[in-house]
Amino acid sequence: MTLGTFIIVSVIKIVIALFVLLTGVAYTVWLERKLVGRIQNRWGPTRVGPFGLLQPLADGAKFLFKEDITPPHVYKPLYIAAPMIAMIFAVTSMAVIPIGDWVTVAGVHTPLQITDVNIGLLIILGITSIGVYGIALAGWASNSKYSLLGGLRATAQMISYEVALGLSLVGVLILSGTFSLRGIVDAQAGTWWGWLPKWNFFQGQFVAFFVYLMAAFAETNRVPFDLPEAETELVAGYHTEYSAMKFAMFFMAEYANMFTVACLASLLFLGGWHGPLFGPTWLQEILPVFWFALRVFAFIFLYIWIRGTLPRFRYDQLMKFGWKVLLPLAVANLVITGLVVALRA
Amino acid sequence: MLHLILFSVFAVIAVAGALNLLVQRHPISSALSLIVVMGSLAVEYLLLGAEFVAAIQVIIYAGAIMVLFVFVIMLLNAGVEERTKGSKVALILGFPAMLVGGLLVAWVLLRAPNVGSVNVGAMYGPPKAIGWLLFHDFLLPFEVTSVLVLIAIMGAVVLASPVRSRFSRPQPEPERQALKAAAGTEPAHEETVTARRSS
Repeated sequence: MTLGTFIIVSVIKIVIALFVLLTGVAYTVWLERKLVGRIQNRWGPTRVGPFGLLQPLADGAKFLFKEDITPPHVYKPLYIAAPMIAMIFAVTSMAVIPIGDWVTVAGVHTPLQITDVNIGLLIILGITSIGVYGIALAGWASNSKYSLLGGLRATAQMISYEVALGLSLVGVLILSGTFSLRGIVDAQAGTWWGWLPKWNFFQGQFVAFFVYLMAAFAETNRVPFDLPEAETELVAGYHTEYSAMKFAMFFMAEYANMFTVACLASLLFLGGWHGPLFGPTWLQEILPVFWFALRVFAFIFLYIWIRGTLPRFRYDQLMKFGWKVLLPLAVANLVITGLVVALRA
Repeated sequence: MLHLILFSVFAVIAVAGALNLLVQRHPISSALSLIVVMGSLAVEYLLLGAEFVAAIQVIIYAGAIMVLFVFVIMLLNAGVEERTKGSKVALILGFPAMLVGGLLVAWVLLRAPNVGSVNVGAMYGPPKAIGWLLFHDFLLPFEVTSVLVLIAIMGAVVLASPVRSRFSRPQPEPERQALKAAAGTEPAHEETVTARRSS
């Protein structure tokens, strides 16, 4: 592939990935309002378009035209930078996430991924760990009690759960022997006895999977771990002082992070895009993407379902759970996986 | 060529961030400049070919340690740094001293016999090689270092734990009676026992 083609292909991929991600974010909000509405025995949005399907567009227009208030007591440079930091790092992690196998389009053979690097997983961990600054700085720069408390809670919570999250992934890394996300998915190809897929979940990583799932909920500040924006105690937590598009950026960043952890869960534990392939060639090239999207959708659905079902943790319960339950579980899983792999070799 | 340009650009950003760290008067701004330094150092590692070290640099330094720094600054609500006469003296003496020190280090390094240069991208740092070095070739130093870190953590826990729980916790009854029996029920003995425990 020449340099020119490479640049053109990369730009096309980036544009498509951004478009799909932002559309996905907008319609996840719609899905959340619909599903939570159903769970609470009401309708959710119904007015704009059929089934309220145009509601995200209306919301977006509303955010654009609302007055952008900057309170006089804020520390302005960081107050403006914080939502940008949150949004940029939430979107950037999509760069290394593969969504399907190799495809040939118009004579160009390319992977369905913006770029495949051999430390892909580490890059995602690094980017999400820097994403904390967006929330922490928003809380501090707003110069208000509620915001500061929200920012502090978010920082403490994300540092604590990052440890359990990172350790739960090590078992998968031991099994597949690579940091490349594509390599990890390729290592899960095939089945046992013709029906049980060789996903890492079935290779004995189910404990790691549940630890990852719970830590991921905490990392994305979702119910039952949404202490940083607990509206009954902190008004709106770290984004209390934000309005219009700046608030929308935090909102989008949260949902983009949900997508990232859902994609990661599908890639690392549930076999990525592996699934039954059939039909003509063009269908066989599209089907992996469909199977992958199905898994991601299942995770997003689970997120919303849990939001509509569970109450919020208390802060001491949250910390106790992270350090005294999830962390020992993750370490135990790591030790046992290492032992099994060493004995098998 | 592109690598070299990027390397120089990020070297300049790193130095500028470090200078900004000193110049800024608010702790949060200083901490953020330090994050810029860490990030550009990670890019330098990446450009040299050590991608694993680069990723770890971002995750550990920029993502964990600096978050804790920012957290503490936020928690203490540290205000703007005050300038006193002492800091003026430090400024007048410090810059020449730093310049001299830097020149000295550069001179020594340039005259040292075993100094070579590394081409951009020539370093060898995939995760497997680093894992092999850490857990095979240098296993003992690595483990000793981790024990050192463990001791530091235990020290921090001991220092941070409330005093009451360490020294004046009421002893469980059977143990106390056994101690009394051993000491012959004399109060003087019991005092020495408690004194030894608390020292």
